[in-house]
Amino acid sequence: MNVLDAEVRKNIESCLGRYPTKQAATLPALHLVNDRLGYVPPKAVVEIAELLELAPAQVQDTLGFYEFFKQDKPQGKYRLWVCRSIGCAARGGEELLEYLCDKLNVRPGETTADGRVTLEYAECLGACELAPAILVNDTLYGNMTVEKIDELIHTWR
Amino acid sequence: MTYEPVLLANVEEKDSHTLAVYEAGGGYRGLRRALKEMSPGDVVELVEQSGLRGRGGAGFPTGMKWSFLPKKHPGPIYFCVNADESEPGTFVNRVQMELDPHQILEGTILSCYATRAQTAYVYLRYEYPLCRKRMQAAIDECCAAGYLGSNVLGSDFSLDVYIHVGAGAYVCGEETGLIESIEGRRAWPRIKPPFPAVEGLFRKPTVVNNVETLACVKHIVDRGAGWFRSMGTPPEPNNPRDPGSFGPKLFGLSGHVNRPGCYEAPLGISVGQLIEQFGGGVWKGRKAKAAVLGGLSTGVVAVSEFDTPLDFAAPMRVGCLGLGTGGVVVLDETYSMVDFLHNSCRFFAHESCGQCTPCREGTYWALQMMERIKAGRGRLRDLDLLLEIGESIGIMPGTTICGLADGAAWPIKTALSKFRDEFEDFIMQTNPDGYMETEPVEALVGV
Ligand SMILES: Cc1cc2nc3c(=O)[nH]c(=O)nc-3n(C[C@H](O)[C@H](O)[C@H](O)COP(=O)(O)O)c2cc1C
Ligand code: SF4
Ligand code: FES
Repeated sequence: MNVLDAEVRKNIESCLGRYPTKQAATLPALHLVNDRLGYVPPKAVVEIAELLELAPAQVQDTLGFYEFFKQDKPQGKYRLWVCRSIGCAARGGEELLEYLCDKLNVRPGETTADGRVTLEYAECLGACELAPAILVNDTLYGNMTVEKIDELIHTWR
Repeated sequence: MTYEPVLLANVEEKDSHTLAVYEAGGGYRGLRRALKEMSPGDVVELVEQSGLRGRGGAGFPTGMKWSFLPKKHPGPIYFCVNADESEPGTFVNRVQMELDPHQILEGTILSCYATRAQTAYVYLRYEYPLCRKRMQAAIDECCAAGYLGSNVLGSDFSLDVYIHVGAGAYVCGEETGLIESIEGRRAWPRIKPPFPAVEGLFRKPTVVNNVETLACVKHIVDRGAGWFRSMGTPPEPNNPRDPGSFGPKLFGLSGHVNRPGCYEAPLGISVGQLIEQFGGGVWKGRKAKAAVLGGLSTGVVAVSEFDTPLDFAAPMRVGCLGLGTGGVVVLDETYSMVDFLHNSCRFFAHESCGQCTPCREGTYWALQMMERIKAGRGRLRDLDLLLEIGESIGIMPGTTICGLADGAAWPIKTALSKFRDEFEDFIMQTNPDGYMETEPVEALVGV
């Protein structure tokens, strides 16, 4: 059984035309797989390597470098990034991260037991004017407070 | 004198990100004219005359960078738009791509025409999902309208633009790390030379430019080199290596100010002016203590140095690395410089790619020392050790491949030279029995 379904394969193949080498499609392929499966398991690495005519080790090497991709377990339905860099730290970002660790009972990088939320720290999210800033999947939230985070998480249930 | 924004002129318009609004404001007229009336060489010459220097951090003259491409190369030549923007305190490229993506694309198309590139990759950090959506929509609109694709506007110039999404590493913004990352590998910066202009992406001649640099190119083509040179700071008369700092610049203002935001001003506005005129002063009625001058890598200025002009030359006179990205992070009188430096060291230790031993180990040692100091186990001696690390890692001392290590060093050097008393007081107060210790002390585990 393949872990990559026909649609992901088709999407990976449709990236190939953008680049003169197949290896250059590695990052787009990893994104497509991580989006679909929530992580990039070893079997997916082998299948990506086949599609791109690479050795699995080449794909694994790239995969391991980029912290965005999960390798062991799928990320939660909500991936919550809390900025800890200087602009946010100066306005309470680190306290927010601590609060979330307690509230969700996880450490950064971990997923809640129910599989819903993966908490992550982020370095500067490029939204310093909105500090403290967080990113939830594809949505940026600024000027966060404990109250606003509570409210937001409440809507996820 | 009030300054009329140019780079941000469109952003207040409703639907400013759409082609219709951009064209209604005169967008793509410059491109139309340039394709008819100017040769690629003319555009390079115009940009050289304007004195435009790269907005990505290093301030390298853009026209000169383009002129390093081999002449009469059979191609392909590649163009990379650096939209990785990961320097702490920096967010202006995000604002530009979210609110005015066509301005960036017009600049990109003009720059590719000038450099004879037929493929451009926009290297975009994944943390910018709205930019991705808007840039892709803008690319699609351009393809449909004939601004991109084969035979742009009926000329014999063709161009494809693709977005390449990163996956969370600061070093991907370094131009050769970026190139490696597009090629599908880990973003390990390359040893230079060869420089990308000679051998870059896919081993072909390549130009890498920052988003804001490309926006400037668009306006230079529209308004001319003279307009661009009419604002900014002229070259220092007794410094033959200073080509001057011309044109408008976007400044990202954040931290302890009343109105954080992305603001446009001519190069040369002072840190203090930016904070007062645009930021509405320091928050909570407090006074400032310090500010990150232009992104974390450039280091800090003390409040007594707030008259420093934000141009390419002046920051070096107050011990900073340079103008950097123009991201100013204000720290008020209550904020601890120990916390600042700990935060900075943690960032660079986390982001070092690990290729060069001085960077990999140096940033880690510095973080370990800052962890210890913060935990009340610091020694006065640690401050000299930190400075020793700061002096010995980076391209400038010549021990590393890329500038990340220099960026790690400057916050250490500036914070310790400008706020030494605060660090010493903190260490003596939190470690009254051990601050004079000179023997090695155990590291904290779990750093
Ligand atoms: C560690 C590191 C990170 C960098 N990150 C960025 C970045 O995110 N965006 C950027 O435009 N330049 C970044 N740069 C600078 C680039 O290497 C390069 O100089 C720049 O993109 C050139 O564009 P410009 O000439 O238009 O400024 C970085 C440099 C280093 C050493
Ligand atoms: S200086 Fe640091 S980040 Fe740059 S290549 Fe060397 S180890 Fe990597
Ligand atoms: S420091 Fe948090 S978004 Fe920049």
